[in-house]
Order: sequence, then structure tokens, then C-alpha cells
Amino acid sequence: MPFLSLQNLSKCYGESLAVADLSLDISRREFFGLLGPSGCGKTTTLRMIAGLETPDTGRIEFDGRDITNLSPERRGFGMVFQNYALFPHLNVFENVAFGLRARKREKALIAERVRDALALVQLPGYERRPVTELSGGQQQRVAIARAIAIEPALLLFDEPLSNLDVALREETRGELRELVKKLGLTAIYVTHDQEEAFALCDRISVMSEGRVLQTGAPRDLYEHPAMTRVARFLGRNNLITARRLTSSDERAATFRTIEGEHTLTVTVERADLGPINKNCTLAIRPEHLIISKDSAPETENTLRALVREVNFAGATTTIRLDANGLLLEALLLSPNGYAAGDACTVLLPSNYISVLGAHE
Amino acid sequence: MTRRGDAETRRRGEKESGKVIERFFFSPRLRVAVSPRLSSSSLILALIVFFVLLYGVIYPNLHVLTASLESNGEWSFANFRDVLAQSTTFEAVISSLVLSLLTVLFCAAVGVSLAFLFERYTFPARGLFATLAALPLVLPPLVGTIAFIFLCGESGILARFVQWLFGLKSAPWTLRGWMALLLFHTYTMYPFFYVLTGAGLRRIDASLAEAARSLGAKSSQVLFRVVLPQLTPSLVAASLLTFMTSMASFSAPLLFGGNIRVLTLEIYNARQRGDAASALTLTVILAIVSLAALVVFQRFEGTRRFAAAAMKGSTKSRQPIKSGRARTLATICGVIFAILLALPVLTLVLISFAREGAWTTQALPTAYTFSNYARILTQADASSVFINSLLMSGLAALFALVWSFCVAAVVTRKRTRSSRLISLLVLIPWALPGTVVAVSIAEAYGQQNPLTGSFILVGTFWILPVIYFLRFMPLVVRAVQANIEQMDASLEEAAGSLGARGWMRFWRVRLPMVWPGAVAGTLLAFVIALGEYVASVIAFVPSNQPVSIRIAAEMRDFNVGTAAAYGVVLICLITIAMLVAGRLGKGDRG
Repeated sequence: MPFLSLQNLSKCYGESLAVADLSLDISRREFFGLLGPSGCGKTTTLRMIAGLETPDTGRIEFDGRDITNLSPERRGFGMVFQNYALFPHLNVFENVAFGLRARKREKALIAERVRDALALVQLPGYERRPVTELSGGQQQRVAIARAIAIEPALLLFDEPLSNLDVALREETRGELRELVKKLGLTAIYVTHDQEEAFALCDRISVMSEGRVLQTGAPRDLYEHPAMTRVARFLGRNNLITARRLTSSDERAATFRTIEGEHTLTVTVERADLGPINKNCTLAIRPEHLIISKDSAPETENTLRALVREVNFAGATTTIRLDANGLLLEALLLSPNGYAAGDACTVLLPSNYISVLGAHE
Repeated sequence: MTRRGDAETRRRGEKESGKVIERFFFSPRLRVAVSPRLSSSSLILALIVFFVLLYGVIYPNLHVLTASLESNGEWSFANFRDVLAQSTTFEAVISSLVLSLLTVLFCAAVGVSLAFLFERYTFPARGLFATLAALPLVLPPLVGTIAFIFLCGESGILARFVQWLFGLKSAPWTLRGWMALLLFHTYTMYPFFYVLTGAGLRRIDASLAEAARSLGAKSSQVLFRVVLPQLTPSLVAASLLTFMTSMASFSAPLLFGGNIRVLTLEIYNARQRGDAASALTLTVILAIVSLAALVVFQRFEGTRRFAAAAMKGSTKSRQPIKSGRARTLATICGVIFAILLALPVLTLVLISFAREGAWTTQALPTAYTFSNYARILTQADASSVFINSLLMSGLAALFALVWSFCVAAVVTRKRTRSSRLISLLVLIPWALPGTVVAVSIAEAYGQQNPLTGSFILVGTFWILPVIYFLRFMPLVVRAVQANIEQMDASLEEAAGSLGARGWMRFWRVRLPMVWPGAVAGTLLAFVIALGEYVASVIAFVPSNQPVSIRIAAEMRDFNVGTAAAYGVVLICLITIAMLVAGRLGKGDRG
């Protein structure tokens, strides 16, 4: 049984559909991400989980109970808001103690829990400070301390790092995951930043226009996007339009690219390959291309190409290739002496090519 | 359900009201609007709001409306035909509108500039001037009118002085007409802009202006493109209050309006002539004009709303004026302004010490005494009026404060038909002149009626507190609502997600956040009620007179010294109330 289950949730704001028939299952102790561009409905979904919005249709089940119409204060979920939403009229202690006071805990226990929570977010001794005088990073930590102090059944994050600078964001990101795992919490994290989602989450749903496009572990999503939109959203990708030729073999299929007219073999991992003789999109990550200078004998998925451009970017180098009209991008760890105009061969390993479904 | 349908079902009275509420608040369309989850407490709140509006606003006004449509015991438009046939009616409508619009413009110019001066800059004695600028607030219209007459009237100090200086045979001017009215209106009503703009400015994050400056905006661009748009809620609220007060203004047009016809005066004149039908009909016309203005303002307000976001390292908003010349200029302006503001009050103080009969044709009274004060403060009969006023206004203000939070709980941020309707109903008593509110309550509850049965409110202690409450609660509601709208919505959501139920959210988050604004609004209501005259004169009970009635009586008897002394004591009481509550507001915030 899933820990949190969203079933066919829909939410409209006036005319516009924010979330459309969304279903998701999240397991206990999972760090789950909702990833998508702004306006994709991820925050609305989170707010429905928190109880701050009521879905127009659908059900939310938590630990086997229907909580669709339960008010936020009865859910016992901690939430960290994008702007932190710290109470400006209360000091750090009172902010963190707020949820405990709402639960009418004993004084001594409150003091202890607040101290512990502040220690966990590395703000010990900040109790008496007014929150208005803290830096952005400190306010952010107070917001997290406030949310974990109530020992939440579920911890919700609404882009909590988006107001921090990069260095601080990466540092906090690591601490955040460690903290959530250490406390054994289940967390749902909303973000538009793919790197952040990958670094933090066990599983991620990529959302667009109120729908979930694909759900999976970061690596799965990255290496095997199921749709062009997912592939495009998650980092750089070589998208190749191709037509499927055969399906005689159970384990591999052959495609013919439209540009360059190359024949490519793709290892079949999923049953869904689309119909024969229809155009579809193949995707392969730049770092999965293998290029070499020697014009080796033609093996499977090896294409002859010309180096068009070499972009040195420190740790990595991007090489743009032209394989008889098919433009590809390869990512190498070092330039390896390639220069524009060089001839080479490029290998597209068949197990790294994803089939992104037929064109509509 | 249509709006007219609502009104009709409401009229059926108590029996049906349960069902009406159910349909009105809980119909599926509106369900989300009122509250996502209806608990028993929100049901109680909704019921309170409904019944107060029914008893205080809907029934009395419908009563006036039906009475105006009744002629010789039959339903007809005869009254309206008669009244509209007179060209003076049209003239009065136009005059009232023009006067009110000009008043808004003048008050905005004065009030907003002052708010900027005192909120944004520091210079010597800023605090003193900032306090003085709110002085007209402590001046009840009746007392203000008297003070103006003492100072600027044709037999006032200034006129007599000029006459004596140049040896003129008659007074050099008369205090009459448009200029006199606008002068007096601006003087008495600009504090709406000053106070509300000041509160708005205090909430604006100064870093927004800094951001605009860093983007290359000139100070004028910062003002018009960043600061003023953010102030829109405050400015619209202030414009609305000023416009409605001006439409309802009665004492000033009566005493120095000259030949200008305004609607309130026409109603008064009709009543004086004994033409009750015309008076009621004109009242309805005034109500329609005022309500139309109200709708326009509400529509405009809905277009712009802001949250006071950013609390990350917000900067101090008040800067010292660095340039020496600007500093001097600001100080001089402050001094001149302070003198202008203080003069009518100083005049009043001076006259309050005048021995009765010692001020006839001279520029200044010739003999002074403490006996005026001695009399009003020591004689039980004289001092009781103060206790009456304090008690009645205090009750009204307290109820208004509690009521405002009830309304705010029912009218949520999401603008729906029901919340618009409630906001509109709440504002009606403000849109209507004091005379009309008093008359409608007195008429509706001065006899047996379907709502209170045989209980007759008129003649009891409660009639004036009720009228004060109805008249001035819109002020408090507006203040509370404006502050809630400027509050970051995620704060209450955060409290909810932390497990705070409705009450705790209210006590720990909403109340502390909104408290300064709510106190300011309540004070304003209390202070205005303390010197209320126009409505009091209609409905007061002889055994329970408020101060204003006594002042008017003393003026009628030409006891100018005693009248002035009453006025001064009233002003002192009001000032003390303001200071005490100012402290309270500050203490609770820190």
C-alpha cells in the first residue's frame, strides 16, 4: 500500500486547468520530487497535498486514510514555503515553537524540541533573534526547523532553495537530504531545477501543463526519457528523427534516420516502440556518444562524421559533429586534440538510445 | 441565485433566514469562496454577520425605501416625480458630486504629501509635526465648524483684526461658498489620506524603491511607477472615506455653504418645511448616488492588490534629509503647516477662557476667566455628558472592532459575489449621511416592527451606541480588511500547516499582524463617535445627552465661552484616548 496516494486529482482556477487528472503514489521514507517548468501545476499539487487547496475532483489518501477534505492543521504535514513565511512578529524560538504550541505540548518539551530542531539546521543559540534580522539562508533554516519541529508525517517543500545563492543552495541541498534521511522522513519537493531534483530525490515526477509526463528514479529519467518533452527538459540531448524499419527481433529494432539516412539499432527495453514506418524521435545523451579518430571498419551504429565545433568548458568539452547532415553533440572529458574540420567516427551505443514514441 | 432574489428572500424575516443563509453561503457555487471547509465557528460567524447586516442595514434602509415609494397609502412613484420635477434637485446632485470630488483631490494632495514627508524623512521635530498633522482628526466636525467661525467667520478673530487694521466699516470677507466649503472639508478630511497613506508607506518594503533606483528610475518614476501603485489599496480606501464623508457633510454646508445646494442640506430643508415625503425621497436619491460611487470605488480597488512580501533584510524606510537647505525648507514647511493646523484649535482654547459677554465686536475677547471650565468640570449635570459620550462611543468602537474581524473572517481574499455583497452592505451606513442612518433606525425601530417585535429601541440608552456603531464600523472594517489584504497569505497557510486551528491562527498570526492597523481604525471610529452631532441630534435621549448636543445648546444660548470650553475638554479627551491607544498598539507589536 502506498504511503501517500494521489488519485485522479484535478484543479481549475477559473478557466485554466492547473492540475489535470493527476495520479501518483509515494512510498514511506521516500524523497520525492515534482519537477517542471513554472506554471506546470507542481505547486498546486503540493498545496493540495498540504490541504491549502481543495481538489475539484479526485482523492488524496495518506496511510490508508482519505484526507482529501481534511483541513491543513489536521494533517500534521510540515511545509517549507518558497518565501519561508516566517512570522515577522515572532522571534526564532517562537517561530519554531509555533507548531508545538498549536499541539499544546509541555513547556520543557517545547524548549527541548526547539533546541534540537535549531541544532539540526545548524542554528544553535539563535532562539532570541528576531527573524527579520536573519540572512536569507538563516531564515530558510528557521523555516525548515519550524517544519521538522512538529515531527511531520510528511514534509513538503515548495522551492525552498530558490531564494538562495548558488553556493549556499548546493550546500543546503546536501544538508537537506541528509537531514530528511537521518530523521527518516517522507518528503515531497517541488522545484523547477533539474539538478536540484536529481541531487535530492529518490524518485521524480516530471510535470507539464498539469500532468505527470514521467515518473522514475533520476537516473532512469535521465537515461531513458519516455517523451520528447521530458528529454528536452532534463538536460541536453541529441534528438534524432527516425523511421522504424523492423521489429523481427524481440530484443532490438532498426531505425532509419531522416537526416543523414543512417541505420541505427536500438536495444528494446520497453514494448512501446510505436508503429512501423512512422516517424519517431530517438534520444541519446551527448556524454554517451563515443568518438574516435581512426576510421574503423563500419560496425553497428558507427557513423562517419566531421567535427564542426569544439567548445572547451573546463571540466568538459562539447564537440559538435555533422554525420552526413545529422547534427550531433558529444560531451568529452577532454578535447583530445580534436579541431574543427577533423574527420572521425562516432558510435551511438544501442543500449543508450531511447525511443520517445511516434510523432503525432 | 440573483441578487434581487437574495434581497427578497431576506425580507421574509427570521423564519426563513436559516434557509436563506444556507442557500446564500453554502450553495455549491459559493462554497469554496466562503471557506474551503465550513466549521461550526465559521457558521456562527456567518450568522452573526448576516443578522447584524439584516438588523442594522437591510431592514432600516428598506423601510426608508418603501416609505419613499408610498404616497397616500398606495405604491407609486409620485414622490419621485414631484422631487425630480424641481430643477434644484438636479443642481443639488451635481453640487454634491463636484464638491466631493474636489474634496478628494484637495485632501489627497495635502494628505499624501504630508504622509510622504513624515514617513520618509527625518528632520528636527518630525515627531511633533507628524502628531500635529493628525490634529484635525481630534476635531469633531461640530467643534471644528465653531472654531472656524470663531477664527475666520465674518465676525471672527481674523476678520475683526483685518477690519481694525485697515479701519474698515464692515467685515472684509464672508465665510461662504465653494472656497469656504472646500477649505473646511480639506482641513477636516485630509487626515484620512494622511493616516492611511502613512500606514501603507510603513508597510512597503523600501528595497523596492531602491531596486527601482538601481534600475535607473528617477525619483519621480520611482514615485509614480513603484510607490504609488503599491499604495493603491490605501489610496482607494482613503478616497472612498473622504468622498463618502464629503457626500454626508452637513454642518459645513449648513453654516457656511451660502447658496450652494447639496443633497444633505436639501433633505434637511425638506424636513424643516415638514415635507417628510420629499425628505425621504431625496434621501433615497442621495443613497443611490452614494452607492453608485461606492460600486465604482470597489471595482477599482479589485484591480490592484499587493502583498507585503519581502522581509529578507528590508531596509529602514526613513531617511534623514541630508542637504542643509532642504532640511531647513522641510522644517519651515512643517512649522507653517503646524501653525495653520493649530490656529482653529488655539482660537477655540482662547475663546474657552473668555468671560461670557466679553467678546462682541472686538478682535479678541476683553476679559478672561477659568469659570467656564470650573462649571463644566465640577457640576455633575455638566460633566455627565462626557461620561455619556465616552461610554457610548467606547461601546460602539469595541463592537466595531470585534465585528470587523467577523466580517474579515467571512469575506475571504477570494472575491466572490457573496463577499462583494457583504462588503457593499457593510459600507452602506457610511455612504449614507448621518441624518439618514439616524432617521432610518429611529423610524424602523421607533415602533412595533417584524424584527424586534414590541421592543422599541428608540428612547433607550442603546439607540445612540447602535447608531454610532453602524455609522463608524465601516471605518474599522476597511482598516482591518486593508491590513489583511496587505498581509502575506502564506503566513496563515504556514500556521495552518503547523497545526494551528482557526482560533490559534487568529490569535497568534492574524491579530498580531493586523493589530496596529485595526487599532488605528478603531481609534478613528471612537474619536469620531465621541464628537458625533448630526445623527445624535435626531435620536438622543434627554437623560443621556452626548457632549455635542450640549455644545450646540450652549451655542444656541450664545454661551460661546462655555461651548468652546466643552469643545476643548472634548479635544483633550480625544487626544488622551489617541495617545493611550497609540501606546497600546506599539506595546503589542514589539
